[in-house]
Amino acid sequence: MPDAAASDAVPSKTQNRFIAALRDAAFVGLITAGLSFPLIALRAEADMNNHLELQQRWSWLVSATIAMAASRFIASIFDRLVARIVGVTGVWLILFAGGTAYYATDTHPGVIAGCVLAGLIAIGLAAALNRSSVDAGRTETRPAEPSRFYRLDTSGGSLAGNLISIAALGCAIAFPLVVLAWLGPQGSLKWINNYGVQILIYVMLGWGLNIVVGLAGLLDLGYVAFYAVGCYAYALLATKFGLSFWLCLPLAGVLAAFWGILLGFPVLRLRGDYLAIVTLAFGEIINIVLTNWVDLTNGDAGIPSIPRITFFGLPFTAADDGFAARFGIEFSPIHRNIFLFYLILALALLTNFVTLRLRRLPIGRAWEALREDEIACRSLGINTTSTKLTAFALGAMFGGFAGAFFAVRQGFVNPNSFTFSESASILAMVVLGGMGSQIGVALAAAVMIGGTELLRELDFLKVLFGAAFDPSQYRMLIFGFGMVAMMIWKPRGLVSTRSPSIFLKQRKAIAGALVKEGHG
Amino acid sequence: MENFLQQLINGITLGSIYGLIAIGYTMVFGIIGMVNFAHGDVFMVSAFIALIIFLALTQLLGVSSIYVAIFIVLLASMLLTSLWNWTIERVAYRPLRGSFRLAPLISAIGMSIFLMNFVQAVQGPRNKPLPPMFNEVIHVTSGGAFDVTLAYKQIIIVAVTAVLLAGFWYLVQKTPLGRAQRAVEQDRRMAALLGIDVDRTVSITFVMGAALAAVAGTLYLVNYGVVSFSDGFTPGVKAFTAAVLGGIGSIPGAVLGGLMIGLIETLWAAYVSNDYKNVAAFSVLIIVLIFMPSGLLGKPEVEKV
Repeated sequence: MPDAAASDAVPSKTQNRFIAALRDAAFVGLITAGLSFPLIALRAEADMNNHLELQQRWSWLVSATIAMAASRFIASIFDRLVARIVGVTGVWLILFAGGTAYYATDTHPGVIAGCVLAGLIAIGLAAALNRSSVDAGRTETRPAEPSRFYRLDTSGGSLAGNLISIAALGCAIAFPLVVLAWLGPQGSLKWINNYGVQILIYVMLGWGLNIVVGLAGLLDLGYVAFYAVGCYAYALLATKFGLSFWLCLPLAGVLAAFWGILLGFPVLRLRGDYLAIVTLAFGEIINIVLTNWVDLTNGDAGIPSIPRITFFGLPFTAADDGFAARFGIEFSPIHRNIFLFYLILALALLTNFVTLRLRRLPIGRAWEALREDEIACRSLGINTTSTKLTAFALGAMFGGFAGAFFAVRQGFVNPNSFTFSESASILAMVVLGGMGSQIGVALAAAVMIGGTELLRELDFLKVLFGAAFDPSQYRMLIFGFGMVAMMIWKPRGLVSTRSPSIFLKQRKAIAGALVKEGHG
Repeated sequence: MENFLQQLINGITLGSIYGLIAIGYTMVFGIIGMVNFAHGDVFMVSAFIALIIFLALTQLLGVSSIYVAIFIVLLASMLLTSLWNWTIERVAYRPLRGSFRLAPLISAIGMSIFLMNFVQAVQGPRNKPLPPMFNEVIHVTSGGAFDVTLAYKQIIIVAVTAVLLAGFWYLVQKTPLGRAQRAVEQDRRMAALLGIDVDRTVSITFVMGAALAAVAGTLYLVNYGVVSFSDGFTPGVKAFTAAVLGGIGSIPGAVLGGLMIGLIETLWAAYVSNDYKNVAAFSVLIIVLIFMPSGLLGKPEVEKV
């Protein structure tokens, strides 16, 4: 990190500054070269006889080193974050142009020239941005930061929050209809299914986990286990006993809640990181059992042809007794997807509603008290065992609902959908959204799932990097990096204020940093 | 009996590898109280580095002696993996020192996902098989139901582990560096007041943990002869289990725990069920944490108001 003390650069120090930035850049370049020497510059690839051959890619090492060193240089000579971001973007544009000119010789020269020009403009803009900030910094002193306790206005914050929630809900309700009207049944399928339904599943899972992590402060790294229980509950009950989805949905929730209690009992004494690791182990055990208990679950091959969703008994088929025929509209597969969308929206809203109401009940207050101080809770006579168990059970129940929904949507389940990385993603949503903040979790789910889905759309990059380039391959890579970057940039999540559930005289939004995360 | 003896040998070999990884977990937890979730992936990265250096030595530079090659691979892998872990600590964990307790854990989970996918992106998703090396075996018993064998590579693994652990023990117990480290572990603020550079000490801890993980990665490659980008997670969790079993924060405990987890896993696979051997290791983790949270050699945690 650049030295903060150097930020008030006096002109005479400019030269020192420049040399220091060069030194920084050289250091970063050296580190990058060292890091990428084995993994990037050489690639072990098995040939036809399964014999490993080394491919040499020294140009990759050089590109990575130059890119990191140049970015570091820009970041060192500019003080303001905006200037740094703009400047680094400019550097990358220029490097990108250079790389394309070198490797993809058939690229149009205009594209390259445009990139270089845009990059130069960006760097110039960054310099201007930086200068203006330095000037501004000299003439006016920054006011002291207000106390974090009273950072937000009282009534205004809550009203704005309500408006945002209502607007978000309105958007969600209108979304499939707008998309359908705009793109037609064919074009809208992807948007409703891949984006809408997918995001809402994660919103629901995030809200379910938020009860455990955000409200009760119990760090659960194995949440996907309950999702799996719900999913397999519906898959097995429907395929082996022919039960309908509407009967299985509550059953899946009950079974998952039962597993939540079963898991909760032994781990109640554990705290913090230990609890996290034990729940992780439970999640893995469930996954291993699902994989290896072939008689019941059919192992890795999964359970195929799970009965699809029906409109309260009317199947979404082109048959005479189907949904379309009964309602006298033309058959289209989009009907099922729209129905699924509203179903998961309703389930997610149910989760949200229950959570919000529970926060006002004694049990919800006990959760939050437990999160803040377990010892004080015990001294005040709160039964911490039952408090933790209800949190686990309720969170698990919503996970189970989401699981049953997942099974009915996919029509096929196998254990690969319930790996640790799934648990980590859901936890990441809860943390990145701001633990305990409902709207923040929904926002984080939309950004993370929507963003990673959007990466699939970046086909134009294929033109630049060649046909073998697959942007979705870098989905999880960016995702992991994003988690780290988010923690460094905004450790308290996107929504960094919390609204207390109980208050004296007037409601004040408080900074997330003042909310504890529980001891487990 | 022959079977049991053979499984014992295999278990100790596997346990040595787990023990080496577990030290990285236990030291980092001891010094900054954080479960370094990415440590398993650092181990995987080290195995890849070892693989690539090995191929570079044998294919590009034409080193013919396999013993020389493995020795150089071991040193290079320790060096480069240390550089990786140093950078990871610098970029992903150090800015979060003093942040809330979950922040480093989440950052480490992110780093774990990043490393796994980074290796997948740059090295490809397929398994990387090496031809078997050190194939000679010693027959320990003969004439029974089958011969109990001790492979050369198993001897190498146990010997390298023992030598490095001795060196490491000396480093931690007898040098100023180790003293600074133990001081920071006991009381970070007091150590800083007494003039110890805490940031540097933490960095060195990460470097040491990575170096031992790199030894484990190289030995893993020697033992199994194959590595893939997803190989970090399960050994990582098992090594963490070993650290917890031995008492987190205790270095001899980590080694003891590693050996026990290795034995439990191989014996379970041999006598109960191979499919469920990971369940055995995870169950040990759960049982130990519930009934003996301070582990075999750890200090009990005192609850303060």
